[in-house]
Amino acid sequence: MMKRRWLQGLLALGVAWASSSMAAPADEHITVAAAADLHQAMDEVVAAYRHDHPASKVDVVYGSSGNLLTQIEQGAPFEIFFSADSNYPQQLVEHGKAGGTPVPYALGHLVMWSASIDMRGVQVADLAQPRFGRIAIANPQHAPYGKRAEQALRAAGVWDKVQSRLVFGDNIGQTAQFAQSGNAQVGLVAESLVINSPVKGSSAPVPSSLYEPLKQSFVITRRGAANALAKDFASYVQGGQGKAILSRYGFNLPVENAP
Amino acid sequence: MALLTEPDMEALGLTLRLASTVTVLLLLLGMPLAWWLAHTRSRWRRPLAAVVALPLVLPPTVLGFYLLMLLGPNGVVGRTMAALGLAALPFTFKGLVVASMIYSLPFVVQPLHNAFESVGRRPLEVAACLRAGPLDRFFSVALPLAWPGVLTAAVLGFAHTVGEFGVVLMIGGNIPGQTRVLSMRIYDHVQAGEYHQANVLSLCLLVVSFAALLAMSLLRTRRQAHD
Repeated sequence: MMKRRWLQGLLALGVAWASSSMAAPADEHITVAAAADLHQAMDEVVAAYRHDHPASKVDVVYGSSGNLLTQIEQGAPFEIFFSADSNYPQQLVEHGKAGGTPVPYALGHLVMWSASIDMRGVQVADLAQPRFGRIAIANPQHAPYGKRAEQALRAAGVWDKVQSRLVFGDNIGQTAQFAQSGNAQVGLVAESLVINSPVKGSSAPVPSSLYEPLKQSFVITRRGAANALAKDFASYVQGGQGKAILSRYGFNLPVENAP
Repeated sequence: MALLTEPDMEALGLTLRLASTVTVLLLLLGMPLAWWLAHTRSRWRRPLAAVVALPLVLPPTVLGFYLLMLLGPNGVVGRTMAALGLAALPFTFKGLVVASMIYSLPFVVQPLHNAFESVGRRPLEVAACLRAGPLDRFFSVALPLAWPGVLTAAVLGFAHTVGEFGVVLMIGGNIPGQTRVLSMRIYDHVQAGEYHQANVLSLCLLVVSFAALLAMSLLRTRRQAHD
């Protein structure tokens, strides 16, 4: 008898759970894949969006752009892909996994950041000096910021000299963590990750002439193509409020994309 | 296309070097520890056994995170080492050895513990009656009897270190020739969409792990035949 009641209770719970999950149609929930440099900025954009659209649910997954691309190509359930460059969204289009065309939304910047060394006035070429210790960069193989860091170090003529002191973060977020924890004395990181960071440190810009511009694009995936929320969120990021938040994190937007 | 590129070979070599270093060190450290666990009546026995088993249940990221914090320049261990004039451990081969030893500790100590326990007290008491000293008793009686357990411990410790990923991701820094081990290299290949290389390297890991487990199982059967 007791057992029967338990089962009935369980069944009722199951039905309640199923109906509650059915109550939110697919269009009111999206999962966004975003490059790690967007972490703080995107969290803020999502919070602002949620404030304006309380019924919608936007989840964000962060990682290196290369990794996210691989995941989407293998069928990961993401509706929008915010990359740290424009090549990866373009690849998604070429492989037939996109539901639209890539749209530039931000321009990223590379800075040299340190928790222990005063970086003001430091040039990229100075990193050849051993006093800068270990230098963290993102993995050039699959992180756009890592690729730019390599370009900048090569352009400054110090790539070979710093080679033995380089450590590679899985994505730009982990790279910043290597530097912020002090394990690497200097990190070549995204400005967006350190601009409002609570961790104390100093930074110097890496001149944009030393690397290919980090023109960041997003693309709606094939899965998100028919999703109204995905489209609405994408236009929100490009709209006034989205832009204001992004620019507070140092993403000055490409002029051609101005409204 | 070459089956394994030079960086792949480097990662493979580094992984084997790491795993053998860790296995040897863990056997040296694990034997007295397991011996003590098997024979002591101290009330610290259970807490210590639990600590030894911790890496079995802890996510590697937790281990990696704590190691990064502890060993870093702001951590207790890191500061002490700096004060002693020693180089910091994160992003070095030595650091990987230390981290892997913690990670693989239970895989070595538990089989040793079981083996020493199954030897029991009797053979040792007999040896003592024949006036064998404590060291003699260990090396001429206990160790030969526990030998299959020692081999199991070595195989498991080795195989586990070869496959380690989470800790390496957290404190390795992915440096070629120093901390870029096989599992990291596979991860990079997959992320870069280089599935062919990822496939070849993964197959290497699979074969090593399978061979290790097969060898262990064969050893066990032979031992049972002896009994």
